[in-house]
Amino acid sequence: MTTSRRTLILTTGALLAAPRLAAAQETPGVTATEIRIGSTNALSGPASTYSVITKCLTAMFQRLNDQGGVGGRKIAFIAYDDAYQPPRTLEQTRRLVEQDKVAFLFNQLGTPTNSAIHRYVNQRKVPHLFLATGADKWANPKEYPWTIGWQPSYRTEAQIYAKYILEQKPNAKIGLLYQNDDFGKDYLHGLKDVLGARFDAMVKTATNEATDPTIDSQIVSLQAAGCDTLVCGIIPRFAAQAIRKVHDLGWKPMMFMTNVSVSAGAVMQPAGPEKGVGLITSDYRKDQSDPAWANDPGMAEWRAFMAKYIADGDLSDNNYTYGYGAGSTMIQVLRQCGNDFSRENVMKQATNIAPMDIATLLPGVQVQTQPGNYNVIRQMQLQRWDGKSWVRFGKVIEGGNV
Amino acid sequence: MTRMDESLGPSGAAGGSRAWRATLLTLGIFAAVAPAFLLESFQLFQLTMAVIMALAVLGLNIVTGYNGQISLGHGAFFAVGAYVTAILMSHFDWSFWATLPVAALVCAAVGYGVGFPALRLGGLYLALTTFSLAVAVPQILKHKALEDWTGGVQGLFLVKPDPPFGLAVTPDQWMYLSVVAVAALCFWGTWNLVHSRIGRALMAIRDNPTAAQAMGMDISALKTKTFAASAMVTGIAGALSAVAIEFVAPDSFTFGVSITLFVGMVVGGVASILGSLFGGLFVLFVPNIAEAISKAAPGVIYGVILILFLFLLPGGFAGLLRQIAARLTRRRP
Repeated sequence: MTTSRRTLILTTGALLAAPRLAAAQETPGVTATEIRIGSTNALSGPASTYSVITKCLTAMFQRLNDQGGVGGRKIAFIAYDDAYQPPRTLEQTRRLVEQDKVAFLFNQLGTPTNSAIHRYVNQRKVPHLFLATGADKWANPKEYPWTIGWQPSYRTEAQIYAKYILEQKPNAKIGLLYQNDDFGKDYLHGLKDVLGARFDAMVKTATNEATDPTIDSQIVSLQAAGCDTLVCGIIPRFAAQAIRKVHDLGWKPMMFMTNVSVSAGAVMQPAGPEKGVGLITSDYRKDQSDPAWANDPGMAEWRAFMAKYIADGDLSDNNYTYGYGAGSTMIQVLRQCGNDFSRENVMKQATNIAPMDIATLLPGVQVQTQPGNYNVIRQMQLQRWDGKSWVRFGKVIEGGNV
Repeated sequence: MTRMDESLGPSGAAGGSRAWRATLLTLGIFAAVAPAFLLESFQLFQLTMAVIMALAVLGLNIVTGYNGQISLGHGAFFAVGAYVTAILMSHFDWSFWATLPVAALVCAAVGYGVGFPALRLGGLYLALTTFSLAVAVPQILKHKALEDWTGGVQGLFLVKPDPPFGLAVTPDQWMYLSVVAVAALCFWGTWNLVHSRIGRALMAIRDNPTAAQAMGMDISALKTKTFAASAMVTGIAGALSAVAIEFVAPDSFTFGVSITLFVGMVVGGVASILGSLFGGLFVLFVPNIAEAISKAAPGVIYGVILILFLFLLPGGFAGLLRQIAARLTRRRP
């Protein structure tokens, strides 16, 4: 009995001994010399390939501190592991907000994980900035004014395809093939946003389940319906099937493929590189393997940063260009804050970014926010498969403002 | 916590008198309630989650520890409990308390169903069968036939119950106290179960099924009912977790949860009620300790701590306690 009580006292004592900070300040997480910023990422578990984003951001704040910090203060960037498990994201976020008393949260990874804390951060009015997820739900300033995403959502991508179709073929008969889940439905919503009342007349839809063996019958039915344009919101396995089937049928629609399913190795090679000639997709980042950027000043800036701060980093990993873009946006917001790092002002500045270029984003793709529009990146450039690689073409296109 | 003192069987029995027990009970209740007023809200939330995990581990311990049926699929019951509560609260506006018995019953029914294949499959085969259940559950939750109820990949949001009767406690404190009360009830019930005639039958079936059958025990009935009771306790823990986190999603219930519960059971001590409590604390706090040591490879550190633990305490935490208790009682005249 003594032992169990001793254990209990020790446990309680250990919990109590955890660092306690002084009573609430007017601007939590901000002192005369420091600004504390919190984040969570999958540092362990199946999604841990994304952990390099945290590595990149930590190095960027290190560089900022080496350059003297911002507003006379150094950045303390605290990132915890949530192993991509929503309950742990909540636990770690509460640790950041309640125990570490961070000023705000930045670039937390994942859709289910951020969903778990969506309401918590908005109830507490903690800025929840530039999340590392492509879902569309983060741009909802009316209901969730404290949460803002960063990268273009699937919905924005679909809007861009729709705009291009209207420009090229105003009388197109569009076939939309999408996966019957949140990812796929974003393509449905994106087309509806742009086509509006014309949607029913112009679009014929077909859906697939992630568990289906093939999507051949859907492709055949869309061809039979007389479609001359095909938009696909499907995962890589089906993307390869779709490309092959369309080619084998001798159908030659103007074909768009979601940019999550266009990897040369995982999709284009299995489909047959020659069968995908003419396929269109989109991107917003500079591809560091593209020789076009060999002498680009933005990419040179990124390479110099990598060489100095992450010497062992894999330069072919595009999570580093992603992280560099998100980090640059965050630093811009901090600079805009002047000397007022209160949560209200941080959120105000984060939602008032004048259009700005980012080193690792395509020329013309800009980061911008307005209090009524939380889609931070709304532009993308189209690219076409030439049988060997993706070739960018045309101007950058902006998604609809919805 | 009452159960801690009670469950230390050998020395508890040596303690003897009624007054002594009453003192312990009071101290236990005090120790369980005190954190609600001593800890900051975040630490209280962590402790709440640890108690919930302890309860889930307890459920697993009933079937695996006491009855010897290895289950690597208890995360599935945890998920079912969580979803029953979440669906009733968000679609039908039920109060949290009303959902608990329903979640318990549904999980017991599912557990009873799973108990049947368990009759024919022993040991490793049962482990794999239950594991496949754990792997399947997140995908079933996403299935479009259930999507209207489960919210699909987006999951469901719910709200923590407010303290009743204008009690001067925060929702976090109320949540902790509610969880401790429910957990204490389950621990007490389990304590009674395993120390009863049925409990001895369960252990007899685990240790020597042939002898148990010769003694007239109905092995199939007992095994399936044990599965039901075990699933029920873990399901109640799942229901509590849904409100404590205020969110359920398929990604919260991957097969990792089942493994976590298994780790908690082994580290705490197989077939130990007090060990389950320690197991809950372990699986919640040790990953954080691992992360504090190395951010680069928290998984590796966690593994090392786990191996060290099993190496130094082969009987789990409960084994250590038993050793200490044995030494203390030996010293006494």
